[in-house]
Amino acid sequence: MRYLAIVLIWFWAGLATAQEWEDRKVFNPGAATKLNIISSTDTTIFAPLIEDFLADRPSVSVEYWVTSTADIDQRLRATPEAFDVAISSAMDLQLKLTNDGYALRLSGVEHPAWAEWRQSLFAFTAEPATIVINRAAFSGQDVPQTRQALIEALRARPEVFRGRVGTYDVRQSGLGYLFATQDARASETFWRLMEVMGGLDLRLYCCSGDMIDDLTSGEIAVAYNVLGSYAAARIESRDVLEVIPPADFPTTMMRTAFVLRGTAEPDIAKAFVAHLLSLQSGDAAPVSQLPMLTTKDGTAARDTIHLEPALMTFLDALKRRKFLSAWEDAAIQD
Amino acid sequence: MSTEASVSGSLRRRLALTLIGGAAVLAVLMFVAVRNYAVQVAQRGQDSILAASVTSMLDTASLHDDAVEVDLPYAAFAMLSTPADDRIFYAIFRDGAFLSGDADVVLDPDARSIPQFQSARVRQTAVRQVSASRTLIGADTRTDIQIVLAQTQDALSETLRQISRNAAFLGLGFFALAAGLSFWATSLTIRPLDRLTNSVTVRGPQDLRPFTKPVPDEMAPLVTSLNSLMTRLDQSLSQSEDFIAEAAHRVRTPLATVRSYAETTLQRVDKEENREAMRAMVRAIDESSRAAGQLLDHAMITFRADHLEREDLDLVALTTDLVTRLTPIAEMRDVSLSVLAQGKVRYSGDPILIQNAIRNLMDNALKYAPAESDVVIAVRSEPHIQIEVVDQGPGYPANQIDVLTSRFQRGENAGDTIGSGLGLTIAQDVARAHGGDLQLSNKAEGGACAILQLS
Repeated sequence: MRYLAIVLIWFWAGLATAQEWEDRKVFNPGAATKLNIISSTDTTIFAPLIEDFLADRPSVSVEYWVTSTADIDQRLRATPEAFDVAISSAMDLQLKLTNDGYALRLSGVEHPAWAEWRQSLFAFTAEPATIVINRAAFSGQDVPQTRQALIEALRARPEVFRGRVGTYDVRQSGLGYLFATQDARASETFWRLMEVMGGLDLRLYCCSGDMIDDLTSGEIAVAYNVLGSYAAARIESRDVLEVIPPADFPTTMMRTAFVLRGTAEPDIAKAFVAHLLSLQSGDAAPVSQLPMLTTKDGTAARDTIHLEPALMTFLDALKRRKFLSAWEDAAIQD
Repeated sequence: MSTEASVSGSLRRRLALTLIGGAAVLAVLMFVAVRNYAVQVAQRGQDSILAASVTSMLDTASLHDDAVEVDLPYAAFAMLSTPADDRIFYAIFRDGAFLSGDADVVLDPDARSIPQFQSARVRQTAVRQVSASRTLIGADTRTDIQIVLAQTQDALSETLRQISRNAAFLGLGFFALAAGLSFWATSLTIRPLDRLTNSVTVRGPQDLRPFTKPVPDEMAPLVTSLNSLMTRLDQSLSQSEDFIAEAAHRVRTPLATVRSYAETTLQRVDKEENREAMRAMVRAIDESSRAAGQLLDHAMITFRADHLEREDLDLVALTTDLVTRLTPIAEMRDVSLSVLAQGKVRYSGDPILIQNAIRNLMDNALKYAPAESDVVIAVRSEPHIQIEVVDQGPGYPANQIDVLTSRFQRGENAGDTIGSGLGLTIAQDVARAHGGDLQLSNKAEGGACAILQLS
């Protein structure tokens, strides 16, 4: 009976934590060696990079698992042995995982110091958080280029924007939380913007994809802190949407990858990360729609969110509770 | 008797080894001291940053309606960034109960308001951790907040590795410098000893004067003993020389008397075998008398060589004078004496000694020269000042040529020629007293050649 109880509890716990995968795809199925990659990047966007890697490795297959950044963190902490490579846009969660010893040190992988941490966590894109607007909502109006201009535009025509502004639900989205905390650190404007947006029945999204869908359909007119790269990647969105990198201060995320310490295929996993870095370093022609990480000049090093232990500050439970309560006060005004 | 000293160890080596060994020990000590100090300083550096960080974290703790809020400052972790990307672990406790952070971090129950540092392990990793606490006072509550902050020491180890390497280089450099210095100091210390050795070595065999050059304090007893030994040796030598001279003198006078009796008796004796015995007797007396004379000469030369009385003289005139005096004896033997010289040869030396030396060489030549032959005495100033005496006799025995100048050493072919074995010794002593030497050789066409070289 006791065993049954344990099994039942385990099963129930498994069910409780198991979340549906957003997507899952096997590349080069049936090959001898298999690499499990857990990622927050949409399969369509990331696939070219995997295919390029597999082009001259017929004996390797890759299973690509897509889920949210927060879910990646939970799954890796629960079953680190199930995956070989972790790719996520939530730099803070990735850094925390590395700090807590989940990442394997990859000696011999050359990368600038500002774009790697502990020779384990490697950045391979530089993607600014942007304001994305539906052009129709701003026809005949000035397009806001800064956060302050956006605040003024929203205040000027509340009847147009009520219920038609969107941003990440930072309680669910790891990337949204990262953007929000970095914005809050950079300027008080963020809180004012959140209050203004909160006053307009702000719509909250888990993911960039849904936000862009609603923008394209005209369901919402403005989205804040969306990954510009996702919007630019949508062919059908190009004429409808305008992507605006805020001119006042940039909040630029770097997508990062690391090899799990318990990987069964350390050599191939390392080769994959190295290949990823070489494809994205800016020398070769772009393989995917993911923005390159220009390592040559200093602009990326200056503008991006730094890969440093301070990223863990906002992951602190007390700090997070305090921040979320402030955010809820501003953004959710029922 | 062997003149080689029995050697046990070397002062120079012992001194150098002691100094170098000392330098090596000092270098190692320096390395250890620098490294330990660096460890302390580096550890203190990390500790103070950890303390600053934990203090800034505690500083944001506050009580709101009995709920603890800790608003971690971004700088708290930012200041812990290191070039080696050290890992950071922390945990926040309220009255010992875990609030937030890393569950693997264990609270030290003795956490005080003053930061406590210790080395610990978090997630199987060695860390340096600081524990600090702060008391929060609310409306009607009083609660303690404890924070434990830990950091790995990769950057610190890297720094220590660099410092160790530099300290090692420093130690090696110090050692090399000290080794060089100790070689230098050793040779400097040994130098007076070398100088003394040298001045003993270059001394002539007769030079038994005390050493008067200043020597270091430590060598004074040695030189004093050496000087006293020399004085005693000198005294004993001159005593024996005096004794020989006295003995020769005492023998010569009675010998002269005996010789005149023998001559007289020879006139009276008619029987041929008796006459022959008498002649042999006279010859023996002559030989003894000559030997006594030579011994006297030798004693005189030994004395004068130590106290040279130099005068400016013309060697050609001196030689010609001698030849003139010896010509009657030469004519008795049907030998012709001739001097070969051009102009004058000026030299500053002791005339009596030089005359004596040339006289001995000429005596030898006359003794061994066959009848109807020439003895040529050449006086030269180029390339060296030298007087060469050449005869047409049998020459020196080739196997003895090196030892003939020893006292009482006579050539194997001397036969019954009268001689004492001191002539060449005297000539050589004179030459050496004047800074030169006596060179003996045989002419290819036959005959002995003696060169008295002066400088």
